[in-house]
Amino acid sequence: MALDENGKRTFNIIGTRPPRPDGIDKVTGRAMYGADATAPGMLTGHILRSPHAHAKIKSIDTSAAEALSGVKAVITSADFGVPEDDYTRDVQDNCMAREKVLYDGHAVAAVAAINAGVAKQALKLIKVEYEILPHVTDVDAAMKPDAPIVLAGYAMDGLPKGMSENVTHHFEFGHGDMDAGFAKADKIVERSFTTAATHQGYIEPHACLATMGGDGKGELWVCTQGHYHVRGVCADILGMDASQLRVTASEIGGGFGGKTTVFIEPVALALARKSGRPVKLVMNREEVFRASGPTVSSSTDVKIGMTKDGRITAAHATLRYQGGAFPSGTVQFGAQSAFAAYDLDAVQTIGWNVMTNRPKEAAYRAPGAPMAIYAVESVVDELCQELGLDPLDVRLKNAARKGTKSAYGPTFDDIGLEATLEAAKAHPHYAAPLGPNQGRGLSCGFWFNFGGNTCVTMNLNFDGTVGITEGNPDIGGSRASISMMAAEELGISYDKVRTIVADTNSLGHNDITDGSRVTFAVGLATIKAAREAIKVMCARAAKIWDIDADAVYWEDGFAKPSGPNAGAFEPMSIEEIAASSPNTGGPIAGHHEVNADGAGVSFGVHLVDLEVDPETGATTVLRYTVFQDAGKAVHPDYVEGQMQGGAVQGIGWALNEEYIYGQDGRLQNPGLLDYRIPVASDLPDIDTVILEIPNPGHPYGVRGVGETPIVPPLAAISNAVSRSIGLRMSALPMSPPKILKALKSKG
Amino acid sequence: MRYVKAENVAEVVQLLQDEVGVARVLAGGTDVLVQLKMGMVEPDLIVDIKHLEGIKDIVSEDGGYRIGAAVSGAELGEHAGVVALWPGVVEGVELIGSTQVQGRATMAGNLCNGSPAADSVPGLVAADAVVRIAGPDGVRDCAVLDIPVSPGKISLTKGEFITSIFLPKRPERASDAYLRFIPRTEMDIAVAAAGVSLELDADGTCTAARVSLGAVAPTVLLVEEAANAIIGTKLDEASLEILAAACSAVCNPIDDKRGTIEFRTEIAGVLAKRAALIAYKRAGGQ
Repeated sequence: MALDENGKRTFNIIGTRPPRPDGIDKVTGRAMYGADATAPGMLTGHILRSPHAHAKIKSIDTSAAEALSGVKAVITSADFGVPEDDYTRDVQDNCMAREKVLYDGHAVAAVAAINAGVAKQALKLIKVEYEILPHVTDVDAAMKPDAPIVLAGYAMDGLPKGMSENVTHHFEFGHGDMDAGFAKADKIVERSFTTAATHQGYIEPHACLATMGGDGKGELWVCTQGHYHVRGVCADILGMDASQLRVTASEIGGGFGGKTTVFIEPVALALARKSGRPVKLVMNREEVFRASGPTVSSSTDVKIGMTKDGRITAAHATLRYQGGAFPSGTVQFGAQSAFAAYDLDAVQTIGWNVMTNRPKEAAYRAPGAPMAIYAVESVVDELCQELGLDPLDVRLKNAARKGTKSAYGPTFDDIGLEATLEAAKAHPHYAAPLGPNQGRGLSCGFWFNFGGNTCVTMNLNFDGTVGITEGNPDIGGSRASISMMAAEELGISYDKVRTIVADTNSLGHNDITDGSRVTFAVGLATIKAAREAIKVMCARAAKIWDIDADAVYWEDGFAKPSGPNAGAFEPMSIEEIAASSPNTGGPIAGHHEVNADGAGVSFGVHLVDLEVDPETGATTVLRYTVFQDAGKAVHPDYVEGQMQGGAVQGIGWALNEEYIYGQDGRLQNPGLLDYRIPVASDLPDIDTVILEIPNPGHPYGVRGVGETPIVPPLAAISNAVSRSIGLRMSALPMSPPKILKALKSKG
Repeated sequence: MRYVKAENVAEVVQLLQDEVGVARVLAGGTDVLVQLKMGMVEPDLIVDIKHLEGIKDIVSEDGGYRIGAAVSGAELGEHAGVVALWPGVVEGVELIGSTQVQGRATMAGNLCNGSPAADSVPGLVAADAVVRIAGPDGVRDCAVLDIPVSPGKISLTKGEFITSIFLPKRPERASDAYLRFIPRTEMDIAVAAAGVSLELDADGTCTAARVSLGAVAPTVLLVEEAANAIIGTKLDEASLEILAAACSAVCNPIDDKRGTIEFRTEIAGVLAKRAALIAYKRAGGQ
């Protein structure tokens, strides 16, 4: 396995658990989040939002608001141009409605005022005349030919007859002869499922501070997962050169994919430009729910055939996702990942994406995969029940392995599914006895992971300490992991390295913190940057020793002569090389720029025991174990944290979280009281088992770990509930009223 | 908006009576401040009653306890006497909000907020608690049951405010319990709730009972048929089923984001049954 051209196998720092560098600041309140920045003369921005799910904007009269003392700017879509490319125009129209409002909470105007009181008063003075249009929020209803059209002109090419123009995307994946496959089956289960839209539930609402000088230079301080992306989109919307807008990412109180786009940033910049003053814009929680980007809701049909001994003969899924107003193609990931865990001769998935009068979806941790795999893993579980087979044995029997042609096309390299399933089978959890009204469920999960554009600089300070400059907001402890990889490579201690997240002017483009890419791609670039610096350091030592650079090698923080022929020199420490660097050629740094490929896929298996109260339908999660392949766990605390956090978000999704819309198309529960994220007392300790099947694409074998763990919980919980109550559940969330109703129907 | 820290009861009454705009009484503030921040109410006057003499005291009276209107949930929960005599009332109060909110939230405020889902109210109704009200016409007492009128509305008239709540004495073998249903384990609002207070004779037969329900009708309900179902029994399964059915029969809930009519109606009976059993055990029943 040629993981690493340097052949590094034993680690000193990778795999240890040092304290995170941002920890003290975060627990003492010194860390600067999105809303913590201030600027002289700063104004407060507030946004007026649509109370209607779908309406034509007949007119907006802002004159009374503009006349109010203390109001410095009022903007509407008229203050923006109309971008030519569809993508920029859609992003802009989502930030500020043009012609039509497309969902409850859609922004229609914004004010900048000297304080929040004046701003709120000004919003009340803005008169918007609406012509209310029929709306649609349900995924299946939106696909029907007579459904209200959310946005004209976005229908997919070759829209099939009998489908609404709201359908924007269609995908198909698979291989093999489906009819022949189903003909071989001893048992076929066919079932339909639905999942509700859920929100990422990050603690920190969207927040930013924008300034725009008379010279056209802008500064944006913002809570985001990707400040380079924010710069690009905002510059396009505001008609600026990228060089004229500097974006700095704040600390981030959670993102989970929800902060990979812009909502308020172009509005704050436009207000700053119009008022000539810095403008801070902070969403409240209600705005976060109504007008940021929750995930899709889905409706899925799955059909799987199996032999008596548990071999899957054919597998089919049709997935329908709604992604709110504006087109989105998230169903592609669902259609690709649905059967990724299985080695199949005949498999087909079909995906449809449709627009509705809901906020435009944003990414949410493994976007599109949890709902697809929920449906598939539910049917596999039902087949196991029907045929009297052990659900882990059946998954092992059909597991994708190295060399398997995946359901979505590529052939897998080294993957950890089989090892993960074996670990689950061997774990005491799987053999533990269950009590009355209790059930055990399990599910596989999968995510592709991503690499992407990455740019890292390693600077050697004169005292021999090291600064790493990277461009990805730290949402999962990445500064610690990156410092660890730099320290490992250089052979110095962790506390000699400080990693910072730099602004958009300090490095070349870095893709968004998404796709579980940062520990993989930024880590890879950091290792390579360190290796470049090591080359320079060896050359400097060679220069001092007056020998060939080739005759010097690096080990444990020292340059050493490579053998007796090179000369009998005492090893030279990184401190000595750094201190002498002004006399040997100047400062020492290493760089690496890459569009990283080779992000290894990650599989996980979740095992859960729970109990359902037969009189109330309430579910109590009793025991939960996550098994996942991390490739190589750089900082195991953060790997475990990802595994636990994903499980918890998935538990919430399975049991209680949902966007609830009324008949009027308005969101009924835009707050953390009635949008029910699990609280700590709802949960058992989530046990974790990390497996390490190295990723051939990374020098240390690292795989992304952040997204896979939200994929299995939906089916794991649903399978456990279904086994506990003796009835197959097929709609999420399985809130107590839904379970009680199912129990009553059973009699 | 004016804020006044009142010095005495008469001043509070005068201020409330004279205010032509919207007035709000502030004790713990765990409802008023939230409503203010969310823009649900824009009061012209806020009268802070926390500094009135005795308003934060718990006093023994006629074998029961008089609890000042500004006594917080945390203070109530640490009062051994009240906890021993009315554990069901206390457990209802302690379910209001989080640990932090408990440091401020009061029973009187919970009652005056007028929510059908108020966690302290079914327990108070089951306990037959009595509120003392100060107003322009002097002081009057009123059963807790008669305070809520409809969601968000209470029977207090202009110038009136609650100064204390009285929990009466009770015989040796007597106790109470409160249960609510929420989809989570805390930080939530009752989807349905039940309070049961009962008295037992020496051999464990129930001699008196009061059963109340929350969050299943526009106001808290006192369900006499449910109480009658267990009076004269040792809470055998059959009598508990009758109690549960009686509770479900009087439910008049709404369908909303927190629960369906069907669900609330069903579990109101389940909760009453379970609360009755807890109260029975606490009272010394076997």
